[in-house]
Amino acid sequence: MPDQTVLSLRDVTLSFGPKIIQKNISLDVRKGSIFAVMGGSGCGKSTLLKSMIGLLRPSVGEYHVGNENYWAGTDAHRTDLNHRFGVLFQSGALWSSMTIGENIALPLQMFTDLKPPVIRRLVELKLGFVGMLQAIDLYPSEISGGMRKRAGLARALALDPDILFFDEPSAGLDPITSARLDDLILNLRDGLGATIVIVSHELSSLFHIADDGIFLDAKTKIPIAHGSPRDLRDTCTDPQVHAFMHRERDDEEGNT
Amino acid sequence: MPYLAVVARHQAPFFSNVTSSQPFHSFIESGNVRTGNAESMTDKTNTGPSSNASDSTPQWRLEDEQNATLMVLSGIWQAKTGAIPVFPKDGLPKTPGGHLSFQTSGVQAWDTGLIAFLWDLKRVAHDAGISLDMQTLPGPMRQLLELLPEAPDDPVHHKAPRTPFLEAVGRHSIASMTEVGVVSELAALTAKGAVQTILRRSRMRLSDLLANTCDAGPNALLIVGIVNFLIGAILAFVGAVELQKFAAGVYVASLVGIAMVREMAAVMTAIIMAGRTGGAYAARISTMQGNEEIDALNVFGIQPSTYLILPAVLSLIITMPFLYLYGCLIGMLGGFVVSISMLDITAAGYFHQTVTSFGIGQFIFGFVKSIVFGAFIGLTSCRIGLKAGRSAADVGIAATRAVVVGIVGVIAIDAIFAVIADVLGI
Repeated sequence: MPDQTVLSLRDVTLSFGPKIIQKNISLDVRKGSIFAVMGGSGCGKSTLLKSMIGLLRPSVGEYHVGNENYWAGTDAHRTDLNHRFGVLFQSGALWSSMTIGENIALPLQMFTDLKPPVIRRLVELKLGFVGMLQAIDLYPSEISGGMRKRAGLARALALDPDILFFDEPSAGLDPITSARLDDLILNLRDGLGATIVIVSHELSSLFHIADDGIFLDAKTKIPIAHGSPRDLRDTCTDPQVHAFMHRERDDEEGNT
Repeated sequence: MPYLAVVARHQAPFFSNVTSSQPFHSFIESGNVRTGNAESMTDKTNTGPSSNASDSTPQWRLEDEQNATLMVLSGIWQAKTGAIPVFPKDGLPKTPGGHLSFQTSGVQAWDTGLIAFLWDLKRVAHDAGISLDMQTLPGPMRQLLELLPEAPDDPVHHKAPRTPFLEAVGRHSIASMTEVGVVSELAALTAKGAVQTILRRSRMRLSDLLANTCDAGPNALLIVGIVNFLIGAILAFVGAVELQKFAAGVYVASLVGIAMVREMAAVMTAIIMAGRTGGAYAARISTMQGNEEIDALNVFGIQPSTYLILPAVLSLIITMPFLYLYGCLIGMLGGFVVSISMLDITAAGYFHQTVTSFGIGQFIFGFVKSIVFGAFIGLTSCRIGLKAGRSAADVGIAATRAVVVGIVGVIAIDAIFAVIADVLGI
């Protein structure tokens, strides 16, 4: 069912105390889609992601994961729902006192009854997906930033989640690594059948991978456009969105 | 070609239930058929699907065809079940140039567990020189499998080689000696920074010094007060019990006074500061180390010894003597409270006995000690912070080590002072 909605927000307002970050956010993420959260710096992209993974309770509005009301249940219920999530944090957020392999093994050890050799095999598999098998026994401090991102991605895949959240996956990566990561994300989406929510302002990669999205405005603090980045680039008439998408396009044309 | 329409039910792995089960496809073929499932991963030949296992167990079998091998997969292949079989390393005959195709219509549900198995197969096939017919796999499986290397690089290990006992002792000794040298060098650098700051050739920000001093001084008053009060009270209790037997209860004042001034106030205050401020310095500097903040300072040419260590050490050197004096007073107050309430002594008598019991020399002795303690705690904790690794655990290790080294060091230095005092007859 291609149009099945996996995540939906209804009139959500996000705020830190009295300070409102974004209001009136409504969105639907379709199963198997790659949903982009776009907007300029400081518009609340990461905050929206935070609330979608359960780290920040919206002050107003409802959030549904599948058919379940995410914030209505108990903490334990939320933890269960969170097991459907895999999150790649902005800088990987690997646990620095553990090797890469142990990082990926930890969720498996905590939430499954699998035996150590089986876990090791799955860890190797997840690292194999992201091409990091050789780094399994290294510590996060011993690998480069791009590798840390990929290791973070492998950890996000640890429990075979069906919803993946990526916070700025290509920030700080060189264009080649970033393009490879995009391909990897597409492969994983197609292979695992996962739904992906991605926070990014890396336009080239958004045009490449995302097929739906939302554009948040920093000034008015409301979402001002919905749709895939490609469509927004080509058809959206909102000056804000146009400027955001257009500037980059100018750059690209200038460079090539 | 024996290609079959391959449709695997593709579901959200791990959390999905099997909604329907497809009929188990059975193949009766000539030739060898190898089977495997969770219970038996044997090389036994069999002529059909093993009938004792239920439909949902992950099962595989190899069937020989005219010019290719067919891998038939069936059952539920989910990693969560823990029942994913391992493809045996010798599972495929070495027939370079051979082909292997897949038949996955019997797979009811799968997740990365199946991919783990297929990866085993891919590696074995690579070693055996057999090429996999990837087109016979459903798209998602193919895409995931194609991400995985056929011949993985050896993982980078970094196991520390086991060193023989004597060598370990030697290494340890040399490391300790080096550490002494490094700390001395750091002390020299810090002192140089101090001189340069006075000569206006280098900079230590006054605001840093002020913030550090405020933290090491006024903010520590309460805890230093409580501890010294209790120490004074305890000394008075112990002394009172014994001295009363000799009707010399008034000498409790001398006992508390001398003990606080000579030893207890300086040592207890130093121990508190080692735990409180030393640990904090080490944690802060090691966190900065992890954030590359120290590197940033170095690149700007800002000496960490002047910018970070000097205010830390200086603030302790400034505050420790005052805390010592404060500790002495509070300790005596503790002794006073206990003596007045327990013994038959007047307040004036206690006061008189206290001021006559020790001379200014004893005060100076304690004063000097507290300065040395302050410098020691500041230097070692900063050094431990600078030396720390870059992970979260390393910050904890550095903080703990700073506290331990601080406390042990303070007591050891105190012992040295005691010997010196004995020789000099103070």
